[in-house]
Amino acid sequence: MTDASTTQTRKLAPARPTWHVVLVRPETMTFFLLIFGLVGASYLSPFFLDMNYILRSFTLTAEMSIVALVLTMVVISGEIDLSPAANMALSACIFAWVQDAGVPMPLSVIVGLLAGLAMGALNAFMSIRMQLPSIIVTIGTLIFFRGLAQVLAGDRSIRVPDSFIGINTVMVVGIPLPVVIFFIVAIILGLVLGATVIGRQIYQIGTNQEAALHAGINAKRIKVGLFLVLGLVSAAAGMMAASRLGSVRYDLVLGGELQMVLMAMLGGTYIFGGRGTILGTFLAAWLLVIASTGMTVANLLPAIQLTVLGILLIVAIIATNFIYARTQR
Amino acid sequence: MTLLRSIFLRREAGILVMIVIFCAVVGLYKPQFLTGQSLRIVLLLTPLIMIGAMAQMLVLIARHVDLSIGSMLGFSAMVVGLMYREYPDIYWLLGFPVAILTGAVLGLGNGLLVTLFRLPSIIVTLGTLSLYRGLTFIISDARQINRSVIPTELKVMSRTSPIFDVPWIILIAFAIALMTFVIARHTQLGRQTYALGSNPEAAPLRGIDVTKVTLIVFTLAGALSGLAGILYASRWGFVNPSNTGAGFEFQVIAAVVIGGVSINGGVGTVMGTVLGVLLLGCVAAALPLLGIPGSTQNAIYGAVILIALLIDRSVRQRGAISMSRTTS
Repeated sequence: MTDASTTQTRKLAPARPTWHVVLVRPETMTFFLLIFGLVGASYLSPFFLDMNYILRSFTLTAEMSIVALVLTMVVISGEIDLSPAANMALSACIFAWVQDAGVPMPLSVIVGLLAGLAMGALNAFMSIRMQLPSIIVTIGTLIFFRGLAQVLAGDRSIRVPDSFIGINTVMVVGIPLPVVIFFIVAIILGLVLGATVIGRQIYQIGTNQEAALHAGINAKRIKVGLFLVLGLVSAAAGMMAASRLGSVRYDLVLGGELQMVLMAMLGGTYIFGGRGTILGTFLAAWLLVIASTGMTVANLLPAIQLTVLGILLIVAIIATNFIYARTQR
Repeated sequence: MTLLRSIFLRREAGILVMIVIFCAVVGLYKPQFLTGQSLRIVLLLTPLIMIGAMAQMLVLIARHVDLSIGSMLGFSAMVVGLMYREYPDIYWLLGFPVAILTGAVLGLGNGLLVTLFRLPSIIVTLGTLSLYRGLTFIISDARQINRSVIPTELKVMSRTSPIFDVPWIILIAFAIALMTFVIARHTQLGRQTYALGSNPEAAPLRGIDVTKVTLIVFTLAGALSGLAGILYASRWGFVNPSNTGAGFEFQVIAAVVIGGVSINGGVGTVMGTVLGVLLLGCVAAALPLLGIPGSTQNAIYGAVILIALLIDRSVRQRGAISMSRTTS
């Protein structure tokens, strides 16, 4: 990547000390920011020392955090997807519309999931099969999915039946169900990425796709798989949001792609692929919740929060780039 | 190769054919679509997108992308609106330099982040998209600038005309297109932008100051967004912190990609972009006439982008004859 690396290879650089390896990582930065945020927020309001309050706040963004975990894997593989938020809205609209038309609930859920899968397939087709840059493709599908949701739902909000409402009030050993799902997905994906062959292959593809191909890795198949999983998980997340909100509108999680990308970047995922962890995104999701509820408690306007999110994204990517540039040998 | 053949191989010919076919089909169902009146409607729909598309085209040619164009439009429009509200007696034309300068500063911000920290422009401008939008809320205290505040002279600009019954706002848009044409084809900056986008590694070896060119391109994009901002105030007569310019970047990207500007940099012409804008305008004008609800517009834009991407790819694979010609 840099021409400095070619000149350095002559003399082998000394191995980095263990403390350096452990401490100089983007995840460490995220972790300390998280601690810092918690301490700062608890000065603002004693609510923050109440675990239940934090957990309840987390349910508001749990859906997006779940999607961000999968998005992390997509970014590590060297692609990006800006359409999951629109996918969430469209899947939820299709689901609500279908069941509003009288289709039984389980079938409607399946239709919603299939819709999400189809959207993932479209992204995969355009960016992997047709080899178009995923960043532009998913801007196109972002508009397309959101537009279809608008066609389907118009300006009205489609109600979901009472029996379906309230996933966020379901408690599993005192923890709201969306948060439990987030934990489970994080553990599963963390294991897949960190401890399986496929996980190693994803890193390899993101680091150097050419080399990965020579090593016999079917990069296309893995990337297509990732896009499909992302589509499916987005659809599930969209329906979770529908359950939490009680009704679906076409502007569900409008602009959510910013937060999802932000979670991945803040967790130290390298935008050019090959680096990043599920743990980082996991911590970043909590960091964002602490930050945004902290701002709400401090009575900051939502507009200011938008500004802060934008600044955070830029700072996060500068910091990650800086750390990776320093540790690259 | 004959002249005729070389004309038909150009990407612009394809868009022109698409426009003609589209208008013919719509005209078959609704003959009133093929009148001067609807041409006027099409043209009135396009000025803002035209100016934004010129900005985005330059950025894409340099192998970057700017997602914050809509937010820069909104912020500049809001600054001008606040100026008119706080100083009602101010000379109304002063709004133009203020809007353009405001946009230029925001664009320079994008450019600095991209060049100083070597960040991908898409992530930077995704960040500034929400940053600038948030700032718009903050400076306006989340309140709208009302119709009564915007000077009448500015508002009538989108209706009155100096010549041939063509409103000012359309003339400005085409003047900007002409200016971009001159910049792209006949200035050192324009040629350097193409060179940078064609091959970012080779550009510095050819003596191109990459940082300078990138900064200028982003600043120019900001300035044009600022101009679109004050024209928004002229066209619609209000400035709203959440609506003004929201989603504008996507319409602009749609127009530019349809117009044959390559997302891989180095390729694109003003002519193609203008035609892309006109095609979008035709679609937008035809929808209500055909009785299709306006809510379908975004879905159609999205579909059109995807189709344009696929066409762009197949053109590239067919030996890229037309592509190399469009730049020269």
